Amino acid sequence: METTATRHTDMHRDDTAAKLGMWLFIFTEILLFGGLFIVYSVYRFRNPVAFHLAHEELSIPMGFINTVILLISSATVAISISAMQKSDRKMTMIMLSVTLLLALTFLVNKYFEWGAKFEHGMYPGSEVMQNLGHGDMLFFSLYFFMTGLHGVHIIVGMIILGAALYKVRTGAVNSKQYALLENGGLYWHLVDLIWIFLFPLFYLIH
Amino acid sequence: MSDEKHPHIVEYKNHLMILLLLIGFTVLTVAITSVELGPYNTAAAMLIATVKAVIVLLYFMHLKFDQKIYLVFTTIVILTFLAVVFVTFFDYLYR
Repeated sequence: METTATRHTDMHRDDTAAKLGMWLFIFTEILLFGGLFIVYSVYRFRNPVAFHLAHEELSIPMGFINTVILLISSATVAISISAMQKSDRKMTMIMLSVTLLLALTFLVNKYFEWGAKFEHGMYPGSEVMQNLGHGDMLFFSLYFFMTGLHGVHIIVGMIILGAALYKVRTGAVNSKQYALLENGGLYWHLVDLIWIFLFPLFYLIH
Repeated sequence: MSDEKHPHIVEYKNHLMILLLLIGFTVLTVAITSVELGPYNTAAAMLIATVKAVIVLLYFMHLKFDQKIYLVFTTIVILTFLAVVFVTFFDYLYR
């Protein structure tokens, strides 16, 4: 039994594999949204006029503000990881809190954006939607589905980053061991990445 | 890489410069789509979005600094997706 006595007793850890796992998950997300983008492109290709007219119902300033909010939140997550690598716990926590705040702001904007549509009777399955022309209905169905699915990703991202913030606080995530923060950051950038395409496709059709 | 002895640490100000670049590209997209360029509007908007996505992938998602395997995998996934887009539109255009 002498050989077993020298064995390591610490937990097995493989950050490279953890990150690769996160990337594999991100690939499935890219293909999920990619499929939806293809559906969007085909319907837009077949209903160009309806899509153009329907997009004018969306507010470009609102979409622009939300784009900038997400871009800033991506930068703050990236800074929080740099700060962790520099063992600056305080900066990490500040930047993660700012990110969560920005994410919440994004959702509040979305609430008002969707709320204004709902007030006009525009929501999936409503009478107004069902009486729209074929192309308009496709546009708004895709708009609600894709921004809605993206919104769900924002909420999931907030939960992951919230957990990372909590663990930075308790010290479970630290400058030697920060895979959760790094992978949570990757997920958050993915959410930003999807919005980078959603914004021009739904708000900026010409 | 968190398990490497010397992880590549990106300075705060570099992140901020990337952020400014991304916001600049967003303003440019809105500006370009507000002028009449016919079919080139969509092409320009998609081109800028793609440039923004590549910047996010390389800098914010660290693909530029990490082990090359992540970059190779990501490239293959994106090329696979583009192949599906190509086949789909080939079908719709020449049906």
